[in-house]
Amino acid sequence: MSFFKKFFSKKKKDDLDKGLEKTKTGIFSKISKAVAGKSTVDEEFLDNLEEILVASDVGVDTTVKIIDRLEQRVKQDKYINTAELNSILKDEINLLLSENNTQGLDDFTIPAFTKPYVILVVGVNGVGKTTTIGKLAHQYREQGLKVVLGAADTFRAAAVDQLGIWAKRADTDFFSKGMYTDPAAVAFETVNYAIENNMDVAIIDTAGRLHNKINLMKELSKIKNSINKKMEGAPHEVLLVLDATTGQNAFEQCEKFSEATDVTALALTKLDGTAKGGVVIGISDQFKIPIKYIGVGEGMDHLQVFNKKAFVDSLFDN
Amino acid sequence: MFESLNTRLDKAFKVFSGNNKITEINVAQSIKEVRRALVSADVNYKIAKEFTEKVKEKALGKENVLQSVKPGDLMVKIVQDELTQLMGGQAAGINIKADPGIVLIAGLQGSGKTTFSGKLANYLQKKKAKKPILVACDVYRPAAVDQLTTISEQIKVPIYKEVGNTNPVEIAQNAIKYAKSNNFDVVIVDTAGRLAIDEKMMNEIASIKEGIQPTETLFVVDSMTGQDAVNTAKAFNERINYDGVVLTKLDGDTRGGAALSVKYTVGKPIKFISTGETMETIDIFYPDRMAQRILGMGDIVSFVERAQEQFDEEEAKRLEKKIKKNKLDFNDFLKQIKQIKRMGDMRSLMNMIPGVGKALKDVDIDDKALEKVEAIIFSMTPYEREHPEAMNMSRKKRIAMGCGRSLDDIHAFIKQFEQMRKMMHMMSKGKMPKGFPGMDGMG
Repeated sequence: MSFFKKFFSKKKKDDLDKGLEKTKTGIFSKISKAVAGKSTVDEEFLDNLEEILVASDVGVDTTVKIIDRLEQRVKQDKYINTAELNSILKDEINLLLSENNTQGLDDFTIPAFTKPYVILVVGVNGVGKTTTIGKLAHQYREQGLKVVLGAADTFRAAAVDQLGIWAKRADTDFFSKGMYTDPAAVAFETVNYAIENNMDVAIIDTAGRLHNKINLMKELSKIKNSINKKMEGAPHEVLLVLDATTGQNAFEQCEKFSEATDVTALALTKLDGTAKGGVVIGISDQFKIPIKYIGVGEGMDHLQVFNKKAFVDSLFDN
Repeated sequence: MFESLNTRLDKAFKVFSGNNKITEINVAQSIKEVRRALVSADVNYKIAKEFTEKVKEKALGKENVLQSVKPGDLMVKIVQDELTQLMGGQAAGINIKADPGIVLIAGLQGSGKTTFSGKLANYLQKKKAKKPILVACDVYRPAAVDQLTTISEQIKVPIYKEVGNTNPVEIAQNAIKYAKSNNFDVVIVDTAGRLAIDEKMMNEIASIKEGIQPTETLFVVDSMTGQDAVNTAKAFNERINYDGVVLTKLDGDTRGGAALSVKYTVGKPIKFISTGETMETIDIFYPDRMAQRILGMGDIVSFVERAQEQFDEEEAKRLEKKIKKNKLDFNDFLKQIKQIKRMGDMRSLMNMIPGVGKALKDVDIDDKALEKVEAIIFSMTPYEREHPEAMNMSRKKRIAMGCGRSLDDIHAFIKQFEQMRKMMHMMSKGKMPKGFPGMDGMG
């Protein structure tokens, strides 16, 4: 429960809109163009729609799914104008975004009575794991929670330093055993540190790894197991960080990381670029894993709780 | 998750089965399939569209003279050739001839610039007998300078950095002065990651380029990038007019359509690929392999290379001797299994072999199969592992208990092992195929 719940919904919406601006103008203006001067949905429109969705990294399979459903609706309703079409599209995308995303969390809350709340952060190289951890830690600190960051990326050059700097910035505790130490041991001892020092949250950073590297994925399972050995029920959250610029490979990432660590939530980063982030729609549909956070900028508070409605609205609101 | 193009095309042409020609009518649907296959591999939608139009013309112009060739196969061949041609050409090296040669590295956040900078320095020093220096111009990301410092220590290439200076243009310029007076012949300038729409940061990279006049500017792209690759490649090209592209993280299982998107959009050659986390994993770009990869046709060359990475010459000689004497034992078998497991999971390995991925599309590959075999061997005594011939019923029973498998499983495994041993022994008398002696018997 968040006792220090801050009210910055307005600001948040602005940031999200800003972050998604490129997406929004892209999709919306194209759809308007596609329907302009038409009173019905024809083959050409559907082709255009396919182009729009696919160009946003939604992926062929998901796009075909959306189009098929749209066609069925059109068959029933016969006449469709722009506004109706927009709302139908919104509906369909809403449906595909996992039901898990309707949990109504609109802030960075952690469950009561779970102390320390342990979060394991995983993902391929360069998606922004460490930055996301820094931003997330900042959010918890803002609520007055005691946070420790565990440096279990002991492999990539200077990774420990990078997390250490974020710990200072976000004013959290920091647990490290230095570079090239056993990451499972770091994870174990971070949880231990959190318990002994009465921390509310422990966030554990891991080295980026490509999901097809068997040994590295096994190492990740081992890290997770060692956390669990120290504290039953932990990690309470396994956060897979996905880069919004990533294309269809995000599906494979989600699948393989889930196999290794039972991913419980997704964070989608770099949404402030020109990338559309459409890949989350298909992923959410297929894996039923909620998208929990989105990264919309480089600043410390440019991490937001993913809000399905806001996300879809931002895509289509003019 | 992705059907291979062949499967899709076969489906498209099935409608017209019996019709062994590519015609206006049947080509339309297949072109759509090609387009979707490309898009599924992350080729930009517009490019896929233009590309397939070209393919269509080529396909229609082609008489299918060989009656035995299915139109689907012919189409794939055309697509593959076109892709290879598009991504290839002018395989120029990098220009570092000036004194010093100056290489500027730019790209998005997390694309792998710093790691690549280290790899390039290492490559130039070791393979090209150059005397490079690395320059740390990422003054923003926490510990970015430390990261490059660590890498420079690893590969024993000096680094130029200015603690406290937050002006990358100045740092880069000073670095070049320093390099000149200290006889370095290549300067590699690593820069901060930046978004193409970040005006301030894009101005900065343009100023760096202006300020140091690099002989070679490289744009680093993550091979997993989706549709956005086009926007980014274009935006960076407009501002810094780079000379070549570097494709990173190709050791993943992405299809890598971004390679085509970038090449097609800006027409700049892909000069290097990056395929791992160690400093040696830098390679030149092979358009034919990339074409096959994008089309999901398997990548037999990569498969062989990955096998070779795990391949130990000494060990192979030792094995060959043992096979010749018909002395192969369970310990050897166990080692083989470990090697195979190190190469990756079974399905992704199978997918690398052309045709196999398609054939096994609906087959559930049991990744645990190898583990079961391992468990059986682990339940043997050291003596049994070295002396397969000593196996008898009471030993088999004990092993079955030990690993929790049925006696039939043990029987089957040992029989299989003996057959394999016999076969390999026979082959060794004739001609031994190089590579993995154990693969055939793995089932």
